[in-house]
Amino acid sequence: MKGKRIRVLVAKPGLDGHDKGAKMVAQALRDAGMEVVYTGLHQTIDQIVNAAIQEDADVIGLSILSGAHIPLCEKLMRRLGEENLSHIMVVVGGVIPKRDVQKLRDMGIGGVFPGGTNFEEFIRFIRENVK
Amino acid sequence: MGGATYVKNERGEIEEVTLQSGVKVKPVYGPEDLADLDYRRDLGNPGEYPFTRGIHPGMYRMRPWTMRQYSGFGTPYETNERFKLLIAHGQTGLNVAFDLPTQLGLDSNDPLAEGEVGRVGMAVDTLRDFEIAFADIPLDKIGTGLTINAVASIILAMFQATAEKYGFALDKVSATPQNDILKEMVSRGNWIFPVGPSIRLIGDTIEYSAKVMPRTNPVSVCGYHMRESGCTPAQEIAYAFEIAMTYIDHVLQRGMDIDDFAPRISFNLDIFGNIFEQVGKFRAARRLWAKLLKERYKAKNPRSMWLRGLFGGGGGGLTKQQPLNNIARGAYYALISALSGTQTMALCSYDEAYTIPTPQAAIISLRTMQILQEEMGLRDTVDPLGGSYYVESLTNQMEERITEEMQKVEKMGGMAHAVEMGYIQREVAKQAYLYEKALQEGEVHKVGVNIYSEGEDEEEVQLHEYKPAAAEAQITSLNEVRRTRDKRKVVSTLRDLERAARKGENLMPYLLESVRAYATMGEMTRVFKEVYGEFKEPRIF
Repeated sequence: MKGKRIRVLVAKPGLDGHDKGAKMVAQALRDAGMEVVYTGLHQTIDQIVNAAIQEDADVIGLSILSGAHIPLCEKLMRRLGEENLSHIMVVVGGVIPKRDVQKLRDMGIGGVFPGGTNFEEFIRFIRENVK
Repeated sequence: MGGATYVKNERGEIEEVTLQSGVKVKPVYGPEDLADLDYRRDLGNPGEYPFTRGIHPGMYRMRPWTMRQYSGFGTPYETNERFKLLIAHGQTGLNVAFDLPTQLGLDSNDPLAEGEVGRVGMAVDTLRDFEIAFADIPLDKIGTGLTINAVASIILAMFQATAEKYGFALDKVSATPQNDILKEMVSRGNWIFPVGPSIRLIGDTIEYSAKVMPRTNPVSVCGYHMRESGCTPAQEIAYAFEIAMTYIDHVLQRGMDIDDFAPRISFNLDIFGNIFEQVGKFRAARRLWAKLLKERYKAKNPRSMWLRGLFGGGGGGLTKQQPLNNIARGAYYALISALSGTQTMALCSYDEAYTIPTPQAAIISLRTMQILQEEMGLRDTVDPLGGSYYVESLTNQMEERITEEMQKVEKMGGMAHAVEMGYIQREVAKQAYLYEKALQEGEVHKVGVNIYSEGEDEEEVQLHEYKPAAAEAQITSLNEVRRTRDKRKVVSTLRDLERAARKGENLMPYLLESVRAYATMGEMTRVFKEVYGEFKEPRIF
């Protein structure tokens, strides 16, 4: 991955309109030298998968605050599998209760970053884990 | 320390304080800071122009602030139960939360609604849901906030039909739909139609309710959500005023007189942050709004010049870490609201950074406001901080900052254009990022987050359970309504609605007919989507 900038798709799946966190993360990643595309609101999982293909994303960062993170992540991971895109790392942020973190990891989510996570921690995680 | 940036010297003493709105605070204030102050011109007695000290002469001696917690869960039955619980505990106004499918005009059985039905509020598909939610609620005695925007016109029609069905006179009931679409586009995200038609729909509700439901506050302009999304307190007021003026200009173009509708426009503003900056903000906002209405819009009725509002919430100041600390924060925020002369107060609950508040947490918030009202002497005298060298100085400086921010928006071509182009969204996102960085770098202190934190935090809150069964019950109920309604009436009222939309008529009477025929939220929204199209979010990155 040396010499190529990491490409991150920041995505807001579902109907939730709170995107302060998504926009902050997008700015932090961009300031850290990554290429960032933000999908905007009200995206279906299929739209997110298509955007990831078009943007040739290395990472998909989902921001979910409505509480619907389990069904949304299940669906995304299934669709990525079907499209042979399992190499894309998926990370999730938002209002994520602790008890759900392991459930998300078991689905194959690379990292879970509840609101309030340090930008540094998040950036380091992506740098270290994108292959 | 507070919601400001600090420069300290080598001894750790504070040398420089800059508030979030950009005002530099001096170590001490005195008479020289108020040398130019003219009491009549700049403050006036409470209840007198320019209303800096409050919009009523006696304020809380005459009438305490209304307490209105935001609530609404799953099915209309559960919502009805929660309303009755809050009323039984002394709450004096309702504020209804709707689920996301409802806020986006989707029926509960829409594939896009899956997993979201009843999750963050009440699901509404047809008038039947309103009839259930408001059963046995004294709508003539209790005001009802309806936190919905893109489809506020449809919800207002449902409210009217429900009030009529339960026998309340339309000049006695009071609804406050949020109905502020521009702030949804800036910050809260629940938009559907493009900017122009969305403003038209707001115009329809303003024009219609002035004639038919005169106690309704058709628009509650929300600086609140923009502040929660990151903008500074001065920007919060500036953007709210620019939005309000966009709606006012539109209604004036229809030929209405300013004094026929301006008295019913209200504001929803935020209360977290530095105490004195907030108090200065509210006092400055009241004065500036009065001046704008009098000077720019030539209003004659003093009520048109009143900045009435709900100063509340404060969610942006609450933390996930050590959540019980949020109870203490909420008490200070409530104090800010009372010191600032609010009409209505609401408080975010201590568990709200995690979950929809439990009944216990919602009651603690209500009790916090009641303690302030009953035990602390806040009703004794009006505007107790008025005349303070610091507060009056800050009020002046906040007014200057707000005016500067308003001029920036006006240079961009006004709020509607600035939102269409994403200018405001970009600025709000930038401010949010800068503030979060300051927090993470420890420049701004937050107890339990970057100071006095205890390492790994434990969740001490009970999470609100999402019940898929409630969603199924909602869909069953929707199917039942669809099966038993007069289908021909639905089709013909929707056809009339579409024709009126294409002709540019006021749509409220047509919506009322569709609602009475039990047309669904999705059916009515689809008509609008066909006629108006949908909002395309500007790319801001």
